[in-house]
Amino acid sequence: MPVIDLAITPLRELNSALHSIQQGSNDLSFEVVNPRGSHSVAVGIDTPVKVDVKGSVGYYCAGMNDGGAVTVHGSAGPGVAENMMSGTVVIEGDASQYAGATGRGGLLVIKGNAASRCGISMKGIDIVVHGNIGHMSAFMGQSGHLVVLGDAGDALGDSLYEATLFVRGSVKSLGADCIEKELRAEHLTKLAELLEKAGVTGVRPEEFKRYGSARNLYNFNIDNADAY
Amino acid sequence: MCGIVGLFLKDRSLEPQLGQLLSEMLITMTDRGPDSAGIAIYGSAAEGKAKVTIQSAKPEADFAGLENDLAEAGIAASVSIKSTHAIVTLAADKLMAIRPLLTAIRPDVRVMGSGDSVEIYKETGLPKDVVARFSVRSMGGSHGIGHTRMATESAVTTLGAHPFSTGSDQCLVHNGSLSNHNNLRRELVREGMTFETQNDSEVAAAYLTSEMAKGKDLGQALTGALDDLDGFFTFVVGTKSGFGVVRDPIACKPAVMAETDQYVAFGSEYRALVNLPGIETARVWEPEPATVYFWDHQKAA
Repeated sequence: MPVIDLAITPLRELNSALHSIQQGSNDLSFEVVNPRGSHSVAVGIDTPVKVDVKGSVGYYCAGMNDGGAVTVHGSAGPGVAENMMSGTVVIEGDASQYAGATGRGGLLVIKGNAASRCGISMKGIDIVVHGNIGHMSAFMGQSGHLVVLGDAGDALGDSLYEATLFVRGSVKSLGADCIEKELRAEHLTKLAELLEKAGVTGVRPEEFKRYGSARNLYNFNIDNADAY
Repeated sequence: MCGIVGLFLKDRSLEPQLGQLLSEMLITMTDRGPDSAGIAIYGSAAEGKAKVTIQSAKPEADFAGLENDLAEAGIAASVSIKSTHAIVTLAADKLMAIRPLLTAIRPDVRVMGSGDSVEIYKETGLPKDVVARFSVRSMGGSHGIGHTRMATESAVTTLGAHPFSTGSDQCLVHNGSLSNHNNLRRELVREGMTFETQNDSEVAAAYLTSEMAKGKDLGQALTGALDDLDGFFTFVVGTKSGFGVVRDPIACKPAVMAETDQYVAFGSEYRALVNLPGIETARVWEPEPATVYFWDHQKAA
C-alpha cells in the first residue's frame, strides 16, 4: 500500500497518483500522513480507490469524488466532498462549512458535527451527520437525503426543492418553504438503510422527524413575494 | 480573502515564544492575502510607562534626533527604531500630550497605536518579509494578533494594513467587508473620533473603541457590533489583557479556534495552528455565528 507523507511529498503528486490509477491495478489502497490541514487532498478521484488520511484536512477534501472511499481520521475544512458523484467519504471528526455541497451521489458521513450550509444545493448525495449541523443547511437542496442525529441550526432547508431531511434532535428554525412531513413506511426503510451504511447503531428510524418542501415556491406567486 | 491569526497565552512559560509562534502562524496564511501584513503584540507593561508605535515613510529623516526634539519640547522619551517603525517609550501621563507634539514636530509620522503594552508593526508586502523586517520572532508577550491582507475596500498602503488600533491598547483585525461603514464613520466622526483611512475595518475598530469608551467591556462591545455592523466579518480583537473573537450571523468567513491549558489560538484555517505545541490534543472548534468569544487575563486571575 502506498503511503504518501504530505510533509515530504507535494500534494500534486498525491493527486496525480490517484488520478493515474489504471483499471486492474492492485494498488487500490492509499494512506496519506501529515496532511496538516492541506487543501484539496484527494480531489477528483474517479476509480474505486481507498484513501485513508491520518489527520485533519483543509478546504475541498475529496471534492468531485467518483467511486473512491476516502476516510479522514481527523477533521475537515470547508467544502469537504463538494460535488461528489459517487463513492463514500467519511470524516471521523468535525466538518466545516458547506460539507457535501452540490453533491450528486455517493455517501458522506460526518461522525462529529458539521458547520453551516451542510448539503447546500445537494443534488442526489446522501449525507449522514452523527452530531449537529449549522445554519442554512440543505439550502436549495434538490434531491438526496440529509440525516442528522443531533440538532439542526437556523433556517433548515431554506428554499428546498426535493431533498429529504431527517433530523433526530431539535431544529432551531425552518427556512422558507420547508415543513415537517409525515414519516411513512418507505421513509423508515430508507432511513434504516442510510443509518446502517453510515455505521450508526442503537438509533431507531422512528426517533427522527422528516422535513421537506411545501412546494409553495416552485412557481412564482405574488402572494409569496415575502418568502423569496 | 485575508488571513487572520491570534494567540492568547495562558501559560506564562510560553511568553518568550509568542513572536515566534505568531510569526509562523501568519506566514502560513500568506496565500490568503499577499498585499500587506501586520502584527500587534502585547508585551510586558512597565510601571508608569506607556508606548507609542510610530511609522514613517522616511525613517532616516523622521526618527533622527527625535529623542532630543521631544526632550526639548518637554517630553522625556526613549526611541527604539525598527526599520520604518519606532517605539517611543514615555511616562504614561504624557501619552495624551505626545500625539499633538508629534504632529507638530514630525508631520509625516503616523501613529500606529499606543498604550501600556501594545506594539504594532505593519507594512505592505508578504508576512515573511514584514516579520523579518521588524524581528517579530524575537518578541515576547502575553498575547497578539496578526493579519495578512487581500485588499478589497481600500488602497494597498501601510495605513490600510491591519491591525487597526483606535484606542489605547486596543486593536482589531478583520476578514470580510462591511457595507455600512460610511454611515457609521460619519456617526463616529460626529462623536469626535478621527480616521486615518477610508478602510472599513478601521470603522469597526473605532466603533468598538467608542462603545468601550461608553463603559462597555470588550465582550459587550462585540455583542453590540452584531447589531450595528452590517456585512461580512470575522473579527479578532486585542485589549491590554483580553482577546476576543466574533463572526457575523452569516459566518461565511472561515475561522478555527483551538484551546489547551496553555493557550487559546485563532486561525482563518486549521493550517495556521498545526505548529502550536500540543495541538494534537487541543480542543479545536469552529466559532459559532453571531457568538462572542472572549478571554481576559485579569478576569482569569
